[in-house]
Order: sequence, then C-alpha cells, then structure tokens
Amino acid sequence: MALLEIENLVVEFQTTAGMFRAVDGVSLKVDEREVLAIVGESGSGKSVSMLAVMGLLPWTANVTADKMTFNGRDLLRMSDAERRKIVGKDIAMIFQEPIASLNPCYTVGFQIEEVLRFHLGMGRKQRRERAIELLTAVGIPNPAERLNSFPHQMSGGQCQRVMIAMAIACNPKLLIADEPTTALDVTIQKQILDLLMQLQDEHGMGMIMITHNMGVVAETADRVVVQYKGRKMEEADVLTLFENPRSNYTKALLAALPDNATGDRLPTIADYFKDGSDIAGAAVS
Amino acid sequence: MSVVLEARNIVRDYHMPGSLFSKGRTIHAVKGVSFTVEKGRTLAIVGESGCGKSTLARILTLIDPATSGDLLIRGRKVDIAKGDLTKDLRREVQIVFQNPYGSLNPRQKIGDALTVPLVIQGNVPADERRDRAMAMLKKVGLSEEHYNRYPHMFSGGQRQRIAIARALMLNPSLLVLDEPVSALDLSVQAQVLNLLADLQDEFNLTYVFISHDLSVVRYIADEVMVMYFGEAVEYGTRDEVFSDPKHDYTKTLFVATPRADPASIRARLARRKVA
Repeated sequence: MALLEIENLVVEFQTTAGMFRAVDGVSLKVDEREVLAIVGESGSGKSVSMLAVMGLLPWTANVTADKMTFNGRDLLRMSDAERRKIVGKDIAMIFQEPIASLNPCYTVGFQIEEVLRFHLGMGRKQRRERAIELLTAVGIPNPAERLNSFPHQMSGGQCQRVMIAMAIACNPKLLIADEPTTALDVTIQKQILDLLMQLQDEHGMGMIMITHNMGVVAETADRVVVQYKGRKMEEADVLTLFENPRSNYTKALLAALPDNATGDRLPTIADYFKDGSDIAGAAVS
Repeated sequence: MSVVLEARNIVRDYHMPGSLFSKGRTIHAVKGVSFTVEKGRTLAIVGESGCGKSTLARILTLIDPATSGDLLIRGRKVDIAKGDLTKDLRREVQIVFQNPYGSLNPRQKIGDALTVPLVIQGNVPADERRDRAMAMLKKVGLSEEHYNRYPHMFSGGQRQRIAIARALMLNPSLLVLDEPVSALDLSVQAQVLNLLADLQDEFNLTYVFISHDLSVVRYIADEVMVMYFGEAVEYGTRDEVFSDPKHDYTKTLFVATPRADPASIRARLARRKVA
C-alpha cells in the first residue's frame, strides 16, 4: 500500500478576477522508503499541492480531490483536530527559508521541545535529552549549549539543520522537504542533502523533495514528477527522466541547464513551443 | 586587447568599534586580490557567502573605497576615497544586483528608473531620454508599453531585464553582475544568460560576473577566480580552473556541485542499492 496517495487534486484560490486554479488535477503516490521529487518553476503549484496535503492552506483555498489518503486514512474527510494529530508527527515538513520559518522570539530548544511535548507528551527532562539527541543527529556542534540559542544567532545552514531536527523529532513516516537547500551555498547544500538522505535511509521514511534544481533531483530522487502551471507534465523514474524525457517541457528544462549547453546560446522554454502548440498538450500521461 | 579593469592587491578591512566591555576588532573582508580583465571578456568570481565577493563588487563599482591597493579603470588609477569619482567615471562602471525584487524602487515607474541616470548626467533633452529608454527596453526583450508600468507588474525575469537595461543606459564599458540569475528559475535563467551574451557581443561589454553556481560560471566565463575567506585561492582561464583545480577549496566546490548527467545518477542508484 502506498504511504501517500493523491488522485486528481485541484486547489483553487478566490481572487478578485474569479477562481484561480493553482493545482489542476495532480495525481501522485509515494511508497515507504521512496524519494519522490517534484520539479517545476515558481508558480507551478508544487508547494501548494503539498500544503494542501498538510492542511496548511488559508481558508480562501478550495481543495478538492478524488482521493487523498495517508497510510490508508482519508485526509479529505478528517476533522481538523484529527489532522493536527497526524501533521507534524507522521507527516512532517521542512519549509523554505529556514531563518524565516523559525520563530525569532523563542530559543531553538523551546521550539524543538514544543513538538515533543505536543505530539509525544514527554516530560521536561526527557524532552531536553531527546532535543540534544536530535541536534547531535543533524550535526550541530555543542548541542546542549545550542539549545539556548535564538535563530538569529545561528547561520542559515544551522537553522536549516534545526528545521530538519524538528521535522524528524517524532520519527515521521513521510517527510516533505520544500526547497530545503535553495537559500544555501553549494558546499552547505551538499551537507544538508547528504544528511537528509542519510536520515531517510536510517529511518526508512518516505520523502517528497520539492525543488526547481535539476541537480538536486539527480542527486536524491528515485522517482520524479514534473509540474508546470499546476499540471503534471511527466512522471518517470529518475534515470529515465534524464536519459529520455518524454514531454516537451521536460526536454526544454533539461536543455536549459547550463551544463548541457552546446554552442553559444542556451535553448529556452520558448524555443520548444515556437509552433504555438499549447503547452498543456505536451503533457504525457 | 586593451585592459578595462585592473586590480592590484586590493584590501578591504571593516573596523568594528569596541564598547565599554569589548575591544574593537578588525574584519579583513578582502585580503589582497589582484586580477585584470580585458575588453569584451568575462571574469567570474566564485565563492561562498561571506567570502568577500560582494565587498569586492562594491569596490569595483566604486561604491566603497578599498582600504589599500590600486584600482585601475581603462589604465587610469581611481581612488574614490580621495574624491576621484567623476560623472564620466560613474558612466564607465555599472552594476546589476542579485535580487530584482529589492533593487527596483516600487514607487518609480520603469521609464523613470531608466531615465534617471541620463538626468543625472545632464545635457540630454527629455524627448531624447524617452527615446533612448524605449530603445533600451526593446533591446532587453521588453516592449514600449512597459514604459509606464510599475515594478510590481513584472515577473522576476522581467525585473532582472529592467535592472540590466538601467545599468546599460549610460553605455558603460564595465558591467558588474552580482549573482544576476541566482534568484531566477531555471528556464528564466537561460533567457537572462542569453540576453547577457547577446548584449556583450553587441556592445563589446566587459563583465565581472559574481556567482556561486559553477555550472553557470562554466557556461559564461572566460576567466575564473575562486575566493575563500577574502583571498583569491585560484585564478586562471576557465579551462585551466575546471580541468585542473589546484586549491583544496576549489576541489571541494566541484565535488559539492550536484551533477545532473545520467552516468552519475546511475552510480548513485547503484550505491543506494548496495547500502
């Protein structure tokens, strides 16, 4: 049985110009111990679809789906109270921009321990021990002292490590990483990706990696979903996607990588749709 | 080939004032960097955040003075701490900043943003300013109807085009690009890189291109300089640096850059199966 299964997910937002469809009929599933990457440019609906799974969208959003189950439980017809017991415990998310996602008013220790208190009901001493254990696991030196630091006293890479520690605090079954390395240097990016893959392997988590960086996809994913303008363009295992992409959009994305530059100029997305064909028509189902 | 930009042993220190309980200290942001860039060429400066590459960009663009060392633009020595900065010199060097969402004034129309440099330089009548701005808009791939719009009406890639147009309004010979594509999507990044290459051919521009993305650097640069904690640890032509990196930090950078070719994916999947 798949860990997370989504069929025909549609997310619409109310705007002054009528309903805006951010996610348009996306279906995907993730198995245990599997790493799924969702790739797409900004505005392709990749974050929004995952926020819909977490139930973190504002009330203006209209979420419908034929099916949305986690571990066999229906996420659509679940009450908010029930959902809150799952979100943060069995499904955890690492957000973009670690420095902005942590609360600047509380120490990182407090923020990690809050998760443990809420979901696992641990006592004060136990919580502190587990928090130290978590910070050690994500590779922060002097964890016991670091628990008393505020987010602004740490670097971007360290804040991201704290975010990861919070996400894995309750040993989640599914970890959603939303652009976990976008704001970081390449050397730090490498460390964070290695850490995530190591944790994924140790705990046997399912993982969804949201990114727009094809290099990150190549380094982490088992299977890849390519999204464009809220629609799924292509789904393939990682090797097939890079070796013979089927949809025109994926071909265009890969050709736009500076690594693959041939000659003077880079091919752009527009070059692939010059004949005026509808991009949506390029989707391979 | 004429040398447009030459830096000799540029040093920049920042002094942190002490207080009642702590002693002041000095931070050496740039520790003696030397290089030359010839006309029509591109020098790429690579390094992680905090290595001094943006400090160097500010010195090259004549925003901040260097603490010591010589900066020569078109063979003329320039020291803005001594008040060498004239309007003519300002015209020679322009900069494009990293974040196109922060570098455009939200309350200024695009047309005004483009014509302000001409107003400051003086001697350009209003109708000519307008014509030149319109021409520049077309050159960077926008159209005349964008003249009266505000920055919030544009996407990230379009804003970066506007920032590039603004930098080119005074026909500079040297353009400093401080991570111009790192805030952009892959597909838009390709468009902006193409635009930069087209403009370089057309105006014979000299670029100093600051980036932390090695795949972009490999694509655009003629010469590459790698900075690490304020020092230039590697400097050479693109092919030298990429085929035979000498310094340990450069090697670390290459290892850390994600590879997107099928061979390395296959290798990774094989490792994963074994583990």
